[in-house]
Amino acid sequence: MTNPAPIPEPQEAPRLDAAAVPALSIDGVSHAYGPRRALIDVSFNVQRASFTALLGLNGAGKSTLFSLITRLFGIQSGRVGIFGHDIGKSPGEALRLLGVVFQPRTLDLDLSLTQNLLYHAALHGISRREARARAAELLDRIGLAERAGSKVRDLSGGQMRRLEIARALLHRPRLLLLDEPTVGLDVKARADIISQVRRLVTEQGIGVLWATHLFDEIMPSDDLVVLHQGKVLAKGPMSRVISEAGAQDVNTAFMRLTGAQTMPGGGA
Amino acid sequence: MSSITTRDTPRGFSFAEYMTCLAGIVWREGLRFLHQRERFVSALVRPLVWLFIFAAGFRQVLGISIIPPYETYILYEVYIAPGLMAMIQLFNGMQSSLSMVYDREMGNMRTLLVSPLPRGFLLFCKLLAGTAVSLLQVYAFLLIAWFWDITPPSQGYLTVLPALILSGLMLGSLGMLISSGIKQLENFAGVMNFVIFPMFFASSALYPLWRVQEGSPYLYYLCQANPFTHAVELIRFALYGQINWISLAVVAACTIVFMIGAIWAYDPSRGLARRGPAGGEG
Repeated sequence: MTNPAPIPEPQEAPRLDAAAVPALSIDGVSHAYGPRRALIDVSFNVQRASFTALLGLNGAGKSTLFSLITRLFGIQSGRVGIFGHDIGKSPGEALRLLGVVFQPRTLDLDLSLTQNLLYHAALHGISRREARARAAELLDRIGLAERAGSKVRDLSGGQMRRLEIARALLHRPRLLLLDEPTVGLDVKARADIISQVRRLVTEQGIGVLWATHLFDEIMPSDDLVVLHQGKVLAKGPMSRVISEAGAQDVNTAFMRLTGAQTMPGGGA
Repeated sequence: MSSITTRDTPRGFSFAEYMTCLAGIVWREGLRFLHQRERFVSALVRPLVWLFIFAAGFRQVLGISIIPPYETYILYEVYIAPGLMAMIQLFNGMQSSLSMVYDREMGNMRTLLVSPLPRGFLLFCKLLAGTAVSLLQVYAFLLIAWFWDITPPSQGYLTVLPALILSGLMLGSLGMLISSGIKQLENFAGVMNFVIFPMFFASSALYPLWRVQEGSPYLYYLCQANPFTHAVELIRFALYGQINWISLAVVAACTIVFMIGAIWAYDPSRGLARRGPAGGEG
């Protein structure tokens, strides 16, 4: 008790200059499943109010990366920060600012749309009354207000995805992660979801990390991270990635970077 | 949705937030259970088969002397009722753990685990929710058993509640502990063979232990060491407004040990990570 108060160590999270802290920072992250290395020294940032496309083939390590960012797996090496909060050291503060849409559907099919949203809200400690108001507002926004009481099972694939995105926004995150959210959807549903998410970036300043292997979902203004066999091959604004690869379009750039022959479903 | 760019992040979580989360998880588990009619029916049919058929057949074979907490001679049906209540909870605990394996493979567990609240608390809520579901099953069983002349004192229905909550938590956390060691759904049959049946038969659920002792002293010690025996005895005494202190101590201690073990085993760096990616692509 006689010890003098310890001198506080300098805060590693540069919260003083809040605007400089990226929404998501991945810093030297590696991950292995036994002998198989799924991620090798991955580093990149997602800026606030930006749309960052994480481009990679199946098996590139996208889902592993998502599992690490969402604390599903423990970090083996490196650091993941969400608005400066280290996911390993203060997962509560980090996850509070994060919304996720996983690749497999994770809705309760036998519960209603509203019930699904209320459950998610409860997991974030949002009171029932507040949750009801937010759920109604979000369902209205995604055009499913009339279906609020129906079972999720009766929705189409595109509607389920829209509901999952609405659910991910319920606790008002500032960073949104989507893992191949348009897989298995028709053209119209895909376009709806892409425009819904892009509006979040421009209107609400949410940072978005969008994992995909479909080139036509990326726009020239986006940031791009090319992930291949667990390594980041290129990152930066899309135009720069293309020119640095000495290519004319993102499709060619990707193939030059990865040596891939064809892209399934790419930019056609 | 209002502008959120300048919102300052609050630190930690309030008690109200914890309670909202707990209530939400229990509510959702209850809803899911009510939607799974077959699960409810089979959870009821299993003990009723034992009660209506097995007990009726054995009533003539097994005489039960007056042992605490009973004050008169009782029918065999009355004797095995607490054991069947515990059996409902045993199956429910294993079934919840099965659904956790299933949820993990299907990704539903992710919804729970990305909640910002501490992971240990989330798993504890999940256990409480499973226990709440087992309570619905047990009371439905007691209602039907009442028509079969199994009529404990009316205040017993209330005094048994804390015992059921504790035994439900113990069996649920045992299930969760086992589920973290199960790699795939298919292995659940093994759980049945190696956990449920031995636990149920090597206990005081079907026969008083003094009878077991007459037959085989070794089996008697095995039964005494079986936490399920103590869950049964805790319920049996509580149903008659009494406390079996030894059983209470054993069940409480086992609950704590199993629960800590289950939560520890679910830790991402020790649990899921070793198993590789859950489903999807690398």
